[in-house]
This record gives sequence, C-alpha cells and structure tokens, in this order.
Amino acid sequence: MSGGEELYQQAIKDWAQADHGHGRLDPADAAACADSPLCGDRVRLTLRLDSGRVAALAQETRGCLLCRAAASLLGRRASGMDAAAAASATAALEALLAEGRDAPPAWPELAMFAPARSFRSRHKCVLLPFRALRQALEGVSHREQ
Amino acid sequence: MKSEFPLLAAQPGLHYLDSAATAQIHRGALDAVLRHETGSRANVMRGTYALAEAADQAYESARTSAARFLNAAADEIVFTSGATAALNLVAHAFGAGLQAGDRVLVSQAEHHSNFVPWLMLRERQGIALDILPLRPDGQLDLDRLPELLHDQTRLVALTHCSNVTGAVTDVAAVVDAARRVGAKVLLDGAQAVQHGPQDVRVMGIDFYAFSGHKCFAPGGVGVLWARRELLRDLPPFHGGGGMVGEVGPGGFSWAEAPRRFEAGTPPIAQAVGLAAALDWMMGLDWPRLRMREAELCARLLDGLHDIRGLRVLGSMRADRRAPIVSFEMAGLHPHDICQVLDARGLALRGGHHCAQPLLAALGVEACTRASLALYNDAADVAALLDGLRHAAKVLR
Repeated sequence: MSGGEELYQQAIKDWAQADHGHGRLDPADAAACADSPLCGDRVRLTLRLDSGRVAALAQETRGCLLCRAAASLLGRRASGMDAAAAASATAALEALLAEGRDAPPAWPELAMFAPARSFRSRHKCVLLPFRALRQALEGVSHREQ
Repeated sequence: MKSEFPLLAAQPGLHYLDSAATAQIHRGALDAVLRHETGSRANVMRGTYALAEAADQAYESARTSAARFLNAAADEIVFTSGATAALNLVAHAFGAGLQAGDRVLVSQAEHHSNFVPWLMLRERQGIALDILPLRPDGQLDLDRLPELLHDQTRLVALTHCSNVTGAVTDVAAVVDAARRVGAKVLLDGAQAVQHGPQDVRVMGIDFYAFSGHKCFAPGGVGVLWARRELLRDLPPFHGGGGMVGEVGPGGFSWAEAPRRFEAGTPPIAQAVGLAAALDWMMGLDWPRLRMREAELCARLLDGLHDIRGLRVLGSMRADRRAPIVSFEMAGLHPHDICQVLDARGLALRGGHHCAQPLLAALGVEACTRASLALYNDAADVAALLDGLRHAAKVLR
C-alpha cells in the first residue's frame, strides 16, 4: 500500500491535458522514439533545429499521465535547447527523482514530479520524453562531429 | 483460506488481485522448502551419503507429485526454471528436428513466452509460423484451424488459458484438428494450473508447460510434461552435468529422459515446495472451488459492466473464462489506475501483460488486469469496484 494519489496533483493533470506540442513535424531535422518496453509507453519527438538548437518540437505520446505531462512540458519549454541543455535538464530531473534534489531555477515546473520520487517504477515514465529529447539532439550533434 | 497464505495473513488490508502474474505461496509449500533446506539440503544424483540420498528421494518424490497433478508418469516430468524455460526447451529440442518447409501454429492469444521462442526458431531454421486469430470475444477462432493447418504442420503450440482475457482453449477441438494433419500439440498451462489439477491423458496432448509460482509454490521452478515416446528421442537443450552418460574428448552420450533435460543442479528445494503445493491442491474440492471462482468472476464482471467508460476485454460470461479479467477505462492509463488502486491496498497489474499480439488484435495498447485466485473473496471484488470509481474521480 502506498500514498500513490499524491502523484496526481492538478498541475500534472493540467500539463497532460494541455498536451503542448502535440503532433508531428514533417519535414523534421531530427527525430527520436523512446519506448518503455515493460509498460508500452512510447514518445515520438520530431524537431526543427536552428544552429543545433530546438526551433520547434512536436510530440506524440502514448502513456500515463506522468509521461504525458513531461512530454507536454517539453512541448512548451524545449524551444532554444541544444544537446547540452537537454542533458542538463534530464540530469536535473533524474536527481530530483532519485535523490530528492530541488527543481533547478531554470526548470521550476519539474517540482510537480517530486511526489514520484517514492515510486521508482514510475521514474521511467517521467524521464521517457526527456531521454527522447536527448537522443534526438545527441544524434544530431554526433552527425555534425 | 487467506489464513493459509502467510503473506495474506500478515497483510489483512491487502486485496491481492495479481495472481495471474504470481500467486501467493501456500504455507505448506513454504514449510516444505524450509524443512528440506534445514533437513535434507544436498545436491541430487551426485552423492551416496545419507543426506544426499534424502535429497534424491525428495526431488524424485516431487517429480511423482507433479506427475500425479497432470495424470502423467514421473519419467515424463522435466523440472525447469519455469514455464518460459519449458517452452524454450521444446522450441529447441523439438525444434531441432524441424527444417525449412515445416510449420508451427501458434495464436494471437499467446504470452510472449509461447510466441517469441517460435519466432526465434523461425529465424534459426526457416520454419513457417502460422498464427491463429482471435474472435472479437477473445476466444481463439477455431473455425480457422482447417485453413491454417497443413500437412507440413509439425506442432500446434497454444495457450491453455489466456493471461489477458481468461479465455479457455477448447483443447478437444484443437487436438482433433491437429491430429488430422499429424501435428503434435503443446499447451502453455501457466494460467490454467492455478485453477486445478490437469489431465494430460484426457486432453490427448503431447506437451504441457507450467510454472510453480503461479500455483502457490515457490518461484524458480517449472514443469515440462511430454509423452514418454517423445521425450525418449528428443535431443538435449542445455549441456552440463547430469544430462550425460559418458563424456570424453570425442563427444558425449545422452542420459535417459528426463535427466537429459536437467543439466546442472536443478531447483531442488523449489521442486520440493512445488510438490507440497500440488499435493495440497490435489486434496481440494475443485468442483466447489471452480464454482466459487466463477461466482466471484461473475460478480466482478457485473460490477465492471456498471462502471461508465469501462470496457472488458473478452467475454462477459464467467462460464467462458478463467477468473482473469482485463479492461480499459476511457481516457485513463492502466499505470495511473493501478497507482491509485495501490494506495487503497489493491494490487493489480497494468500494461501489455507480455501479450502484445493479443492486445494489438483487440485494438488495445495497454489494459488493467484483475486476476482472482482461490483465496480471493467478495470483499476483494467490492474493494476493486469501489477503487475503480475512486480512481476515475482522482484521475479525471
């Protein structure tokens, strides 16, 4: 038994409901698809880039409220990010979930995921869209090297 | 009944509804493992001292219990690490005799454990795989069997009971159709054994696989039953100690079955625990228990029918299924549903349940599953129905 209901704050539901950036960019400069094979969650991202930074992001997400809220957050906030920024945001989210660190000033919205800390099986749901973004941007930076 | 299961007795507020994934262990099985490990622990088939003899006796006695549970002979029982290992054993040992042009038939309803090994065999040896579709009610579409069975079909490998829809396979119809083309029949019994002893002779099949952890026994042990004449000629799967006759630089000879298929140290204490669970099960009044399970399942199905936006996968008739009930709720993800239910002491599983072909056939990406066992009661069902209404409020 657990206090799992605290996960479902209004902010999580609102972000998931808003579904910012829903859709697919075609053509796109970069794309990534991240799956969680155990639960079937899937995030597809398509990006338009300007000098290695996100100019536009579209996401198609099949998953739980936590995963959809995280994808929607990226749909709203990813503009201007490069590979380093995506890695930094992902690391901050990982630290918030695994170690209970505070959300960084640049990403105050990540605080809504803090109640997920106690539920390790749900960490991957929150992280899936961020890992997809890293994958998409790092794929581009590797190609450019 | 719950008092006979240590975990359930220790957690009276828990509504455990995930027995299709793992059933709770019976006190007798746990006690048998403890007794064995503290009184008879030694390796088997290797020592001549008294303790080793006791371990041998316990292990072979477990084989006899498993055989009785299936109405089979002890030398037809192979202990494995679980149903998955048993199914892979058949795919390798029986599959070694297949070649391009041969065919194996499976169904859309299979757990990945009885699907992926055959995909792998297709990759290894170029066999053709035929796939029996589902009907909209989740039952296998047996009317399609004649067109999907060929003279080249060597094996029909089907679930005995779906781990998602609870649909129970009409074994007699499958065996009849398979025999017309000379094919062998394998049943994945992982979800059936929890609901009572099985009779492989009456079913007329050739292979049967199941896991201990799904029938109130410890994890890490499973059973493959195969007809003696089939086992006698199958090549080994794993190599190692115990499965050989003579070994030298030039090669090795096979041990007799079933030891040929039990390379290395087998799961001895787990087999002893499994035997205790099976012996206990064989002493129960199964007609009465099955009626009780069906009544609870009907109560659950009725309650689910009344929840707005909820769709049950498979038949709404309790007499057409084992008490395994999967469903989706409009706009709600199974993980979120299960999380909210967990907060109310309800243990259910959400996801694809290692049955992606089945979910795809039913047009579902993920679902929530409630699976009932003999220790569940009306309070568990009532708590689930209340919990689902509550989850809808929390999540919407």
